[in-house]
Amino acid sequence: MIEGILIGLTTALTFQNILMVMVGCFFGTIIGMLPGLGPMTAIALMIPITYGFDPATGLILMAGVYYGAVFGGSTSSILLNAPGVPGTVATSFDGYPMAQQGKAGKALAIAAWSSFAGGTLSAIYLLFMAPSLSKVSLSFRSPDYFALMILGLTAIAAFSSKGQFLKAMMMVVLGLMLASVGQDSLSDITRFTFNNMNLTDGISFVLVVMATFAMSEALTIILKRNDPTSAAKQVSLTELGSIKINKEERTKMYKTIPRSSVIGFLIGVLPGAGATIASFLAYGMERNVVSDQEKEKFGKGSVNGLSAPETANNAACSGSFVPMLTLGIPGSGTTAVMLGALLGFGVQPGPRLYMTNPEIFWSIIMSMYIGMVILLILNLPLIPYIARILAVPKNYLIPLILFFSVTGIYVMSFNNFDIYLMIGIAVVATFLRLYDFPMPPLILAFVLGGLMEENLRRSLLLSNGSWDFLWDRALTACILVTTVLIVLWHLYKTFSKKN
Amino acid sequence: MNINTTKIISLLFFIFSAFYLYTAYQIQVFAFDENAPFNARTFPIYLGYAGLFFSGLKLILPDPNTIKVEHKSLEYKKTGILILIAIIYGATILKVGYFLTTSLFLFASYYFLGERRWILMFLLSFPFVAAFMYLLHGILDIYLRDPFLQSIGVMG
Repeated sequence: MIEGILIGLTTALTFQNILMVMVGCFFGTIIGMLPGLGPMTAIALMIPITYGFDPATGLILMAGVYYGAVFGGSTSSILLNAPGVPGTVATSFDGYPMAQQGKAGKALAIAAWSSFAGGTLSAIYLLFMAPSLSKVSLSFRSPDYFALMILGLTAIAAFSSKGQFLKAMMMVVLGLMLASVGQDSLSDITRFTFNNMNLTDGISFVLVVMATFAMSEALTIILKRNDPTSAAKQVSLTELGSIKINKEERTKMYKTIPRSSVIGFLIGVLPGAGATIASFLAYGMERNVVSDQEKEKFGKGSVNGLSAPETANNAACSGSFVPMLTLGIPGSGTTAVMLGALLGFGVQPGPRLYMTNPEIFWSIIMSMYIGMVILLILNLPLIPYIARILAVPKNYLIPLILFFSVTGIYVMSFNNFDIYLMIGIAVVATFLRLYDFPMPPLILAFVLGGLMEENLRRSLLLSNGSWDFLWDRALTACILVTTVLIVLWHLYKTFSKKN
Repeated sequence: MNINTTKIISLLFFIFSAFYLYTAYQIQVFAFDENAPFNARTFPIYLGYAGLFFSGLKLILPDPNTIKVEHKSLEYKKTGILILIAIIYGATILKVGYFLTTSLFLFASYYFLGERRWILMFLLSFPFVAAFMYLLHGILDIYLRDPFLQSIGVMG
């Protein structure tokens, strides 16, 4: 492991990679600050640029964007009470009241230090857990992988939207259908191409991500007459107050951070859960364990109430890398985008990544930590200046997002068919968003579609067409039972609401 | 059963899944693969049935969280214009080239979104695209074919 850490450090600490982490953190912070535009949009916009680099550098850039976006989301939660990403909603419960009391600088500092500590601790957990899990996952067979993908897709559908399980499952099926377009991987038979040569290689992953996130989010903002920058015009972004944390506040944080980081990391590891659930759970748990006197302060600017969700959401970000790096199965929409990008680089994440591409495996883990340090030393003092970007009018913001989307697609294929296809998918996605059809399940399904078919093919061929493979192995059966329980729980919730 | 837009979307998805399933059954597989436990049409067939199942459930089951969208408050005109500009962009980029098409795409988008600060609009379109093009073409080595710039001798 020491050798791996050194390989990772050597790769991550090159001038180019440090620069990429800085650029990623900065860009991610800006996008993450804008309400409605989350890490997936930020990463999607970066993908075409990452293809100009080697896989390790590309992934380091995307990891920087991811952390930056989560940090940026916290900033808008605290300053504007307008969370940039769902994972930072809980941050606004105590962060915004603190800012209203004239302690915005302190709230930002607590958030930054908690994020840093949460990220650092979870990077350590990841450091020890990922290699061990990689070894364990080598014993996984095709039926287990197939079952795990079913679980991941069901879980993301269950957790991605409140009470919209069936809508999310429809999006999962749509994502898998889109992934089935093009040549069959084994027989090379073309499917659903309708004799269009442009579809022979299938639909590009970047195209689907750009269309369903970047472009569709931009169109939704215009359609709904939202202005992500309007709230910034109502507050002073320059008078944030002191960023010093006193001894009493530090003592509170020392207790909160370790327990919230464990919760955050473990929730992040679960497929489909992620930063939002982690931050809410950590907030709820913290409220239960603090003294009655401190409990009274929750919702009114509590240090524990701010530190807990911030620690947990960053820890969950690291945790979500575990299934992606060790099993090759992303646990969240954001890591699904990263997996798609890795596949674009020709790198197949999974248990063997640890052995075949140790420089990528370890440099991602190391760059996460470097990203945390950079976020702390760069973003915290610069927040008053970075926050001014929130005041950029949407008349410029939206065309620039559209520009990065269409340019991203054009430079990948030099084909205008892809631009039309992207516009078509974006229009459908915008319409579906209006009616609360969630997009992350679609992306995860699209990324997993090929792998899922491959594992089902192997399982069915080995069992001679029998579906017995689903319960032949205890592991497969356990995973499927969990999946069935999730489905039953959601059906029960739907019916109990009705009654 | 209340008919709302979510139900209509579910019905459309049901019809789409039925069409997908029909097309999946039409996939031509090799003769020796016809009766194999798994061939090129197996997975799509399962997907078609899954689509019918979930959209069918959504159609039949009551909708506890009905989404109401105020269509009058939506900005269809500007959204439509932006989509149209993007389509025109797609139609012209191969013939005219990246620089001019992209710059005009940005300039037109700013204009139709209500911006009237001409100098800023210009700076954030033509020079901005030129700088971005330099980043892609000059630094990241991503080739961008541009007939317009080639015709005026800026690009080789």
